[in-house]
Amino acid sequence: MEKDATGVQGPGGGDAGGDPIISVRGLDFFYGPLQVLSDISLEIPRNLVTALIGPSGCGKSTLLRCFNRMNDFNGDARLARGSIRVGGVDINGPDVDPIELRRRVGMVFQKSNPFPKSIYENVAYGLRIGGVRRKSALDEAVERSLRNAALWDEVKDRLGDSALALSGGQQQRMCIARAIAVEPDIILMDEPCSGLDPQATMRIEELIQELKEQFTIVIVTHNMQQASRCSDLTAFLHLGRLVEFAETMRIFTNPSEKRTEDYITGRFG
Amino acid sequence: MRLHLEEEIRRIKENLLMMASLTDRSLSQAIRALVGRDDQLAAQVEADDTQLDSLQVAIDEGVVMFIAKQRPVATDLRLVMVALKIAGDLERVGDQAVSIARAAIQLNREVPLEMPADMSRLATISVEMVREAIACFVEGTPERVPALVQRDKEADAINRKLFSELIARMEADPSIIRRAVHLLLVVRRLERVADHAKSIAEEVYYLGKAVDIRHAHPKPTLPRGDVSAETPPAG
Repeated sequence: MEKDATGVQGPGGGDAGGDPIISVRGLDFFYGPLQVLSDISLEIPRNLVTALIGPSGCGKSTLLRCFNRMNDFNGDARLARGSIRVGGVDINGPDVDPIELRRRVGMVFQKSNPFPKSIYENVAYGLRIGGVRRKSALDEAVERSLRNAALWDEVKDRLGDSALALSGGQQQRMCIARAIAVEPDIILMDEPCSGLDPQATMRIEELIQELKEQFTIVIVTHNMQQASRCSDLTAFLHLGRLVEFAETMRIFTNPSEKRTEDYITGRFG
Repeated sequence: MRLHLEEEIRRIKENLLMMASLTDRSLSQAIRALVGRDDQLAAQVEADDTQLDSLQVAIDEGVVMFIAKQRPVATDLRLVMVALKIAGDLERVGDQAVSIARAAIQLNREVPLEMPADMSRLATISVEMVREAIACFVEGTPERVPALVQRDKEADAINRKLFSELIARMEADPSIIRRAVHLLLVVRRLERVADHAKSIAEEVYYLGKAVDIRHAHPKPTLPRGDVSAETPPAG
């Protein structure tokens, strides 16, 4: 593990470090009495795709959910030690509004979760919550978001149709459009392709590559090929600890840690 | 799934070791056929070459299937990439052995020409380099590679010396030109064998340390004192 003098692990082995948008230091996290994250320190740079990998129960989804305080919805969840800064701000500080945080740090879930509304209303939802009322502004944002999510051409003539009528892959891209409509800085993706066929998966992966021009993306995936195809940096977690964080190319060709090698080559996990 | 992966890796390694063993035998037999003026042995070398070709094809196919089915990463990925290249080098060593055997058959039709003393030294170095390169692969000892790479320089120097010596002999006695040219070609083949051994060794280094030293200048050097110490590549 490459750590600086303060114990923070940056992506080792290259110059991809840059300016961190997420900075985690000494994070201990619990669900009730169970410690699920131990002494996690890492810095995630802007405008790159960072993959969190590791066996089931290693804490990768918990870590992802720490970045926009989604764990707040779990009454047993408790940050016992350490800090998470997004854009330099301690997101667990007393003055931080979690709703505003989640606008800046959007999330796409494993299972697409369209609201039982029209495609248009799904994408415009966050903007309306944020107080945007002018129709032209909403129209413009919906079109821009759907274009960015590579869905516009497929739905532009049926924006009033129910989002539930879309295919699984389209629903997931619509959820991405909904996430980016409010112009977040970061998009968190928790296994966004797990229920999709190879074609739909490929479209989401291509989309991720396009979106990183504008957003920082952190993705949790069980799919090693997906992590190697679409991420710039990869963090490997095991038993709640960060084992290795480095450029994806390095992780998948010459990892520094034996545990990483054993996991990515299928020798355990 | 992992059991299948291990089994496929084992099969690729097994074919590679079989190929290395046959290559070693062909090369040694070709040199013996040349020195002992043994046509039968030389013909055997040529006949055995098809086995090497078949093994190379089997390794290539095994690697393609392995990549398609297992999507290897890290050490597994380096291993199959290196297996492909080593198989290519071994096949070329086999071809050099066949060329030496054919030269032996040609020379056996002529009056014997005294071989330069250094030819046997070059042959020994070339054979030993191939064996050492394969040993490094089998034993997983990339730290021995720098010494082997260094040895190729010795082979190059002997090659240059033999070239000058044989040219001088041809100039002094043009009646030996035909036979001396055959010897020159054998010298060239032996030097190429050393090059392939060096290439195999460089692949072994990459396999073990994930560092490509093929075009590194200077090459990794021998550690002083402790020969088992890890040697970071320079340059």
